[in-house]
Amino acid sequence: MSELEHEQIEQNFAEINPPLNQAEAVFEANRCLYCFDAPCMHACPTHIDVPSFIKKIATGNLHGSARVIFDANPIGATCARVCPVEVLCEGACVEKTLMDKPIEIGRLQRYATDFAVENNRQIFQKGESNGKSIGIIGSGPAGLSCATYLARLGYDVTIYERKALPGGLDTYGMAEYKMSQKDSLDEVKMVENLGVKFKLNCEVLSEPSASAGGLSLGKITIQFKSNVTDNGVQPSATADGSDLHDAIFVGVGLGATNDLNIEGENLEGVMDALYFIEKIKTRDWKSVPIGKTVAVIGAGNTAIDAVTQAKRLGAERVLLIYRRTEKDISAYDYEYELAKKDGIEFVWQTSPIKVLGNGKVSGLKCKKSDGTEFEIACDTVIKAIGQQKQTSFFQNIGIEFDEKGRVAVNELMQTSNPKIFAGGDCVNGGAEAVDAAQMGKLAAQGIHFSLFGKKLSFAGSM
Amino acid sequence: MADLTTNFAGIKSPNPFWLASAPPTNMGSMVERAFDAGWGGAVWKTLGEPIVNVSSRLAGLDQGALRMIGLNNIELITDRSLEVNLKEIYECKKKYPNNAVIISLMVESKREAWHEIVKRSQDTGADGFELNFGCPHGMSERGMGSAMGQVPEYTCMVTEWVKEVSNLPVIVKLTPNVAHIVPPGRAAMQGGADAVSLINTINSVMGVDLDTMIPYPNVNGMAAHGGYCGTAVKPIALNMVSELARDAEFNIPISGIGGINTWRDAVEFLLLGAGNVQVCTAVMHYGYRIVEDMIDGLNNYLDEKGFASVNEIIGKSVSRVTDWGNLDLNYEVVARVNNEHCIKCNLCYIACEDGAHQCFSFDENKYPVVDEHECVGCNLCALVCPSPGAISMVRLDDGSNPVSWKEYSEDPSKTLRSHGSSLPGSKA
Repeated sequence: MSELEHEQIEQNFAEINPPLNQAEAVFEANRCLYCFDAPCMHACPTHIDVPSFIKKIATGNLHGSARVIFDANPIGATCARVCPVEVLCEGACVEKTLMDKPIEIGRLQRYATDFAVENNRQIFQKGESNGKSIGIIGSGPAGLSCATYLARLGYDVTIYERKALPGGLDTYGMAEYKMSQKDSLDEVKMVENLGVKFKLNCEVLSEPSASAGGLSLGKITIQFKSNVTDNGVQPSATADGSDLHDAIFVGVGLGATNDLNIEGENLEGVMDALYFIEKIKTRDWKSVPIGKTVAVIGAGNTAIDAVTQAKRLGAERVLLIYRRTEKDISAYDYEYELAKKDGIEFVWQTSPIKVLGNGKVSGLKCKKSDGTEFEIACDTVIKAIGQQKQTSFFQNIGIEFDEKGRVAVNELMQTSNPKIFAGGDCVNGGAEAVDAAQMGKLAAQGIHFSLFGKKLSFAGSM
Repeated sequence: MADLTTNFAGIKSPNPFWLASAPPTNMGSMVERAFDAGWGGAVWKTLGEPIVNVSSRLAGLDQGALRMIGLNNIELITDRSLEVNLKEIYECKKKYPNNAVIISLMVESKREAWHEIVKRSQDTGADGFELNFGCPHGMSERGMGSAMGQVPEYTCMVTEWVKEVSNLPVIVKLTPNVAHIVPPGRAAMQGGADAVSLINTINSVMGVDLDTMIPYPNVNGMAAHGGYCGTAVKPIALNMVSELARDAEFNIPISGIGGINTWRDAVEFLLLGAGNVQVCTAVMHYGYRIVEDMIDGLNNYLDEKGFASVNEIIGKSVSRVTDWGNLDLNYEVVARVNNEHCIKCNLCYIACEDGAHQCFSFDENKYPVVDEHECVGCNLCALVCPSPGAISMVRLDDGSNPVSWKEYSEDPSKTLRSHGSSLPGSKA
């Protein structure tokens, strides 16, 4: 890759929604009507008191503004960048109703949270120890949120994370032009500052229900395999271990992308969209050789992230192949618009039937819904047709799930094992980071209720 | 095209828009540019013994994103020599014979001093004098400006001194820093003034820098109170203008000043009795060019309303201002929500709930609904509503005869209709 190409790719991955400067933020904040019982607040899954945090930007109380945001949503900085605001807060804004120009709530949220992050403001403090210990499996949005509230309540919290870096999809799964790994890790740092312990490179093996219960004073054991690493990447040794906790929160998200189940799927050049996106997060552009033509299968938001980033990486031709029609796509309108703007070719009512190539991908054989078959010459095939559920893990730890593979929980976010709680994509089947954050909050309340019998409600837990 | 020419206390002007005595009329080149832009007249920056000013001098009041809805200043009268000013007035008037040039004056409270400056100034071709009895800062500490206007006897006395030698119309500029505007207004008239102008600026401290804790405007770490003007003072000015306009004894022309930004503001002053208007702050904010829309807008307004001349609207609303005791207690309006325009911001609800009479609830579709039995018709919900047409105030007329508090006090047998919850007996 030439220096010129490198520069161009860097430019292509520049933030799509840059931060507001002070003048813009104050102007925009002043435009907010300060609605009472505001529609934006209802539309936010974490129910951030949006008018309150915006008013505080207008008055120059940025610390207070960040507090309002993080109080209801511990990953408020991430959500400010990646939330589908068009269909959430900004979609409900009365200024949209009045003049089709909603307040830029997402960017204002970013303005306030950036202030807190950039100035190292620790908004909340660890609560006085209550003697209880909680294990959290998965450091994604749900786990980070749950951990934050529990730490604020005085719990001793340990997060077990399979990967080398904490943050789950916040760190590994967001389109690079929306947010960087640094943004995510900065937010994780705020959780760490509350005394939450992170065990990285650490895979939770199982929790046979037999070992839980009476023997250890009602505690529950987490057995794990820790990959000790030298440089954060290469495992140099593994060690088994186990910890005792008073309750466990499971926020493991979804599994690998579904297979296409067609011939040639294992050829070099066929990849999982999540893997592709994760590679881009390293910003080591050379590590993702995609060739000149890329075909992406699927039409959800992940598929859009894949096509737009393939194009940004320098692919000359990027196709999105979808078995149904334009109106059936599950991607948000504004995501679809972005793909159109990026010059993506859309191939509707078409399914892949065979990946062509000799050792390496050279094309994709497709079939139209009318039965006609055709071939597309391409160098890379990216699969983005939804993710698998981690049902075998749920079986291992002995919690029930529904027919769609989603962990079953009650209103306390408690699973069939009363000591295990769950939230996020593994419970809702796959939604936004903000939805996971809310479930983590509700689970923290549920855990507290189950251990202390005390009902409490954090900001926006309605 | 309506006729916009005015004859204010004998001073002719192509339109009712004058520049007030202030920084925009500091010198000849400025006034000439203003006339080129369309201003009908200009009251020259106050002449007197040249002073030395401080730096800084101005401070603004912002509201949200709106800059300078109020302005305060501690600048004094002209810092230029009398000779230079008079020469420029002479040249300006020669060049612009159809525009009104008024000389503002302020000297120490001595008969000879006033006589001298009037005599020296009145052969410049200027059309009139304005006596600055209004400035509340700096000059007042030296016994001038508002120190004069706050004592009706002084106002009358100095006006008389000027009238003894002046062969031009004399306007007395009044200070609003008084408990009641009518006594100084009458005093000016009694002293022989041909007109008054009001309001001058209001005593004010604009604010404090939260970091340095030094109030604005900062003059080497210290601040002094200044004169407040701009949009925010308009209601105060309108009240004072209308108070004089409806005073039975007071019968000389009024030049309206205070927070005039647009032709709409100007029309309000004219309707409440001003014979013309003077503008300063809006020009300091946006420049002389604002007069273009003032002229254009006034013209169109007069045409649309069917008036041939601006003079036809002067004082037209004066009779509509009365004492509270004369207002009809039997007149009732209530708020109604028009769902078609409602954007569900709920500001009406919270304003009424916490700031008024708890008349709002929500229907099953979350639209706000007014309980008309509880509504007292205060207007608050309509005032806070951001969506035009979403809330209207509707009259409920049950045919009751009007009854004022004064009439009711004299004859308690008169029937008061029960409305809202604020009147005794209105509800079980």
